[in-house]
Amino acid sequence: MPETLKETPAGTSAEVTAPAPAAKVGKPRSLWSDAWHDLRRSPLFVVSAVLIFFLLVMAIAPGLFTGADPRYADLANHYLQKPKWGNFFQEDWFGYDIQGRSIYARVVYGARASIMVAVIVTALVTILGTVVGMLAGYFGGWIDTILSRVTDIFFGVPFILGAMVVLTSFEERKIWVVILALAFLGWTQIARVARGSVLTIKQADYVMAAKALGASTTRILLRHILPNAIAPVIVVATIALGGYISAEATLSFLGIGLAEPTVSWGVDISSGQEQLRNAAFVLIIPSVMVSITVLAFIMLGDAVRNALDPKLR
Amino acid sequence: MAELDKESVDATPNVTEVATVNAATDTEAVAALDAPVAQGEPILQVRNLVKHFPLTQGILFKKQVGAVKAVDGISFDLYQGETLGIVGESGCGKSTVAKLLMTLERATAGEVFYKGQDITKLSGRALKAVRRNIQMVFQDPYTSLNPRMTVGDIIGETFEIHPEAAPKGERRRKVQDLLDVVGLNPEYINRYPHQFSGGQRQRIGIARGLALNPEIIICDEPVSALDVSVQAQVINLMEKLQDEFNLSYLFIAHDLSIVRHISDRVGVMYLGKMAEIGTDTQIYDHPTHPYTQALLSAVPVPDPDAREGRERIILSGDVPSPANPPSGCRFRTRCWKAQDKCATEVPLLAIPERFKASDTPAAHESACHFAEEKDVVHAA
Amino acid sequence: MTIIDKTADVPAPRGSNDESGPLLEVRDLHVEFHTRDGVAKAVNGVNYSVSAGETLAVLGESGSGKSVTAQAVMGILDMPPGRIPKGEIFFRGQDMLKMSNEERRQIRGQKIAMIFQDALSSLNPVLSVGYQLGEMFRVHQGLSKKDAKAKAIALMDRVRIPAAKERVNDYPHMFSGGMRQRIMIAMALALEPDLIIADEPTTALDVTVQAQVMDLLAELQRDFNMGLILITHDLGVVADVADKIAVMYAGRIVETAPVHEIYKRPAHPYTKGLLESIPRLDQKGQELYAIKGLPPNLLHVPSGCAFNPRCTMAQDICRTEVPALRPVTEQDGTELVGRGSACHFWKETIHG
Repeated sequence: MPETLKETPAGTSAEVTAPAPAAKVGKPRSLWSDAWHDLRRSPLFVVSAVLIFFLLVMAIAPGLFTGADPRYADLANHYLQKPKWGNFFQEDWFGYDIQGRSIYARVVYGARASIMVAVIVTALVTILGTVVGMLAGYFGGWIDTILSRVTDIFFGVPFILGAMVVLTSFEERKIWVVILALAFLGWTQIARVARGSVLTIKQADYVMAAKALGASTTRILLRHILPNAIAPVIVVATIALGGYISAEATLSFLGIGLAEPTVSWGVDISSGQEQLRNAAFVLIIPSVMVSITVLAFIMLGDAVRNALDPKLR
Repeated sequence: MAELDKESVDATPNVTEVATVNAATDTEAVAALDAPVAQGEPILQVRNLVKHFPLTQGILFKKQVGAVKAVDGISFDLYQGETLGIVGESGCGKSTVAKLLMTLERATAGEVFYKGQDITKLSGRALKAVRRNIQMVFQDPYTSLNPRMTVGDIIGETFEIHPEAAPKGERRRKVQDLLDVVGLNPEYINRYPHQFSGGQRQRIGIARGLALNPEIIICDEPVSALDVSVQAQVINLMEKLQDEFNLSYLFIAHDLSIVRHISDRVGVMYLGKMAEIGTDTQIYDHPTHPYTQALLSAVPVPDPDAREGRERIILSGDVPSPANPPSGCRFRTRCWKAQDKCATEVPLLAIPERFKASDTPAAHESACHFAEEKDVVHAA
Repeated sequence: MTIIDKTADVPAPRGSNDESGPLLEVRDLHVEFHTRDGVAKAVNGVNYSVSAGETLAVLGESGSGKSVTAQAVMGILDMPPGRIPKGEIFFRGQDMLKMSNEERRQIRGQKIAMIFQDALSSLNPVLSVGYQLGEMFRVHQGLSKKDAKAKAIALMDRVRIPAAKERVNDYPHMFSGGMRQRIMIAMALALEPDLIIADEPTTALDVTVQAQVMDLLAELQRDFNMGLILITHDLGVVADVADKIAVMYAGRIVETAPVHEIYKRPAHPYTKGLLESIPRLDQKGQELYAIKGLPPNLLHVPSGCAFNPRCTMAQDICRTEVPALRPVTEQDGTELVGRGSACHFWKETIHG
C-alpha cells in the first residue's frame, strides 16, 4: 500500500503558495479512535458485544431476567421436569434439576459467579502481567532472566493440573480462592506477551528521541512504551477471559472449584452429569451457556485484534 | 589498544588545548554549559572516541567472546555555526557516533568535550543541561514520532521534561510557533503523526529538535527516507533554520551529493575509523584517500554528459565485519594500492608528508600511507 | 479509450520494433485500493511496453504507482483490497489478466521473474541458499538433488559470488547485503526468464556495492537478451543501464524518453523539477530548487493534471483537463523518437 494513502488532503507546507485546500484542518484521529471506527463496523464485534452486554447485565442484575429463586427446591412437583421451550423467560423454561430447582433461574444466577471469576482474574492477571512483563522487557538483565525462567516453568505445568494442585491445598473453596488460584497460574501468559511487545517498542526511534530529550524512565515507560505495547495485551486478555470462564467450569465440574451452595455454571454441569442418561438437558443447558460466553469473548478478542493490527493501517 | 593510543595522540595534536573544566559542583557545571561560544570556535571536540559492543555467549552466565568495534578511535571538532558532514557506508559506525554524542550510548573510551566539559562522564542534572543544547533529528520520520501522541504533545513533551524552558501557560503557543517555523499549519497541533506525509513528519521531528533552542543538532540521515522532491524542501528548511538560529549541524548521511550541498567540512568514515577529513572542496575535488575516491566515483550522477568522462573505480568485495577488522589499514582488503606496509602499520589521520609543505587543497588530513590526489568527480 | 488512441501516436522507442513485437505490453491499466477512507486510485491508465533485450526504467516517488503496476504485471497484487477495474497486460500477445490462476503461475517465475529491494526478507532464513536455488530446478525441471546443487553452484558463479562451491550450503544471514542481492538475482535468473522486473534492486545497498550489482544486472540482461523493467526513485541509478525511461506521477506516466535525452531536455515540469532538486556532486550550489507542496494524496487526486497544485506553469486548463501522453517534437516539428509528455505545456517546458 503506498504511503501516501495516509496523507491528508491539505498541503500546507511553507512553500505551498498554490491554491491548495489548506484552510481545511482535518479532525484529529488517534489510532484508538481509528480502531474504534473499525470495530463498530465489524459484525464479529457487534454480535459478540451484544452477547457480552446481556451476559454482564445478567451477572449484575439477575433479578431482571427471572423472579425465581435459584436455590428454591420443590421436590414434590418439579423433580427433573422437562423444559417447556415455549415458556420464554418463565421459571420452567429450561425445566428443573434433580432437586426441583429452576434451571433457568440457576443459569441466570450462575452467570454472576462464572463471569465475576473470569473478569476479576483477567483484571488481576493483566495488571500483574503487564507490570512485570514491561519491567522485564525494558530493563532486561536479571529481572528478565528470572521472569523468563519462571514463565517457562509455568508454561510446562498444564493449567488445570496446576489449578488442581493449588486448590486442593485449600480447605474451603470460596470464590476468591478460585480467583487467586487462577490468577496465580495465569499472569505469566500476559507477562510473556507484554515482554515481547515491549522488546519491540523499546527499539523504536521515538523512545530513543525521548531519551535524547532527557526524559525520565517513568515517563518513557508510561507515555511511550505502555500505550504502544498494550494492544496485543488487550487482545490476549480478552481471549483469556473466555478461557477463565471455561477453566472455572472445568474446575467446578471436577469438584475442586466452586461448590454448592454457590450457584455457578460449573457447579451445575457437575451435578448435571449424574442424570445424563435420563435428563441430559440438566447438563447441556449450563454447558451451552459456558460455550456461548467463551465464544463471545474469543470473538471479541478476534475483532479487537483485527482493529488494532498495525498491518492493516 | 596500545597501538590505538599512540595513534590518537599523533593524530590529534590539539588534544591538550582542550580546556578541561573541573566543575566542582553541579550548578557550576550547568552554568558553564550555558555560556555562549564565539562563531568559528570549536563547540564540540571529540577525542579518540571508542565504542565496542561486546559479543557474548551463554544465557545465564554471559561470557564475552569478542567485540564489534563500531567506533574505534575517532577525533574531530565541530565549530560553532558550521555543518560537519560525516559520510560512510552502512556499518562504518556513523550512526553510533551520533548516539555517542547524544549520550544514548556510553562510550567505551575517549572523550567528547562540549564547551570544555567531557559529556561522556556527566550524569544527572548536568547531563540534562547538555541535552538541552544538543538535540537530534532522526532518520525515519515514520518511527521517530510516537503514534499515540498528538503533534502538540510530541513537541510539547520537551517542555514537560525541561519545564524551565517555557512557562506552562505559554507552551501551547510556543508549540504553534515552532510548527509555523518549520512550515506546518499551527492548527495541526491536535493531529496525530499518521495523518501526515513523510516530509511533514520530518518537519515535526525538526520542530521537536528546535524546541529547546539547542546549539547543536545532530542529524542522522534526516532526508534519506524522504522522496526526492521532498528532500530538497527539508534540506532548504534546515539551511534556513541554521542561519536563523545559529545552529551547528553534525550531518550524518550516506548520500554524498546531499552532504556536499549542506556541509562546510566533511569527514569520511570506514569501519569505525575516520579515513579523511577536510573542507568540502578538499574532500570532493581533491580527495587523497583511495576509499574516498572510490566512494565518490561510485556515486551515480544523473547527467550522462558529466559521467561520460568520469573514471569509475569499482571496488571488489564487501565491507569486512567490524567484529574482526583487518590488521593495519582497514581499507587494505579492498584497496588497489595496498602493499605489505598497509597490513602491518595503521595509517594515521594526518596531513600527508608530501603535501605538508605546499598549500594545495590536497593538504588535509587523510589516513593513507600512499595518499595521492585524484579527481574522480569531474569529467576528465 | 482515448488515452490508448493518443498514446498510439507516440513513435515506437528503439528496440521494440523487431518483428516479434514487444515482450510485455501494459495497456490502460487501472488499479485501485479500497481503504478505510475511500478508494485510492493507485494506477490510472498506464501504458508501457518492453521488448527482449531492452531496459525500461520506471521512475517515480512513493505513491506514484510504479511498484503497484509491477505487482499487477507479476500477479502478486493483494486483491482485495486491490482491484483492477480496467486494462490489459499482454505477455507475448496474450492478455494475462484473462488467464486462469494456473496459467499465470506458469508464467510467474519461469517467464517473468522479480527481484525485490529487501533480499534478506525475500530469502527463507532457515534454508541454505544452495537449497533455495536448487529448489527452482527440482520443482520446475524435476532435476535430482545432486544435479540441482551443481546447477545452483554454477548460478552462484554466474552472479560472481566468490567461492560458490564452499558457500553453497551457507544460510542467507551469512552473506552480506550485496551478496544476498546477487543471490536474489541468481534466483530470478534460474529458469532463464524472458523478462525480469527489478523493484528498487540497489536501494538498500551501499554506493560502492550498488555499482557492482547494477553492472552485473546489465551484463546478465545483455547475455540472456532479456527484457528488464527497472523500478526506481533514483535518477542517478538508471542513467547507466536503462534504454528508455517512463516517469510516473500519481498513477500516470507523465513522460517517456530515451535515457540520455531526458536528462538534457526534460519535457515535463515534474521531471524538470526533480532533476533540478537533486544536489550535484561536482558542484556546490546555492539554495536547492524544491518542488513545492506534497506528493498527491491518492484518495483525492487533483482534478485535471495531478501535478497542477505543485507546478509553476499551471494554467486554468491544467486544473480541468487531464493531459494525454502526446508525442514530443523539435521546434520545427521533427519527430523526437520515443519521446512523449503528458503536459499541456510541453513545448514551453522543453523549448522554453
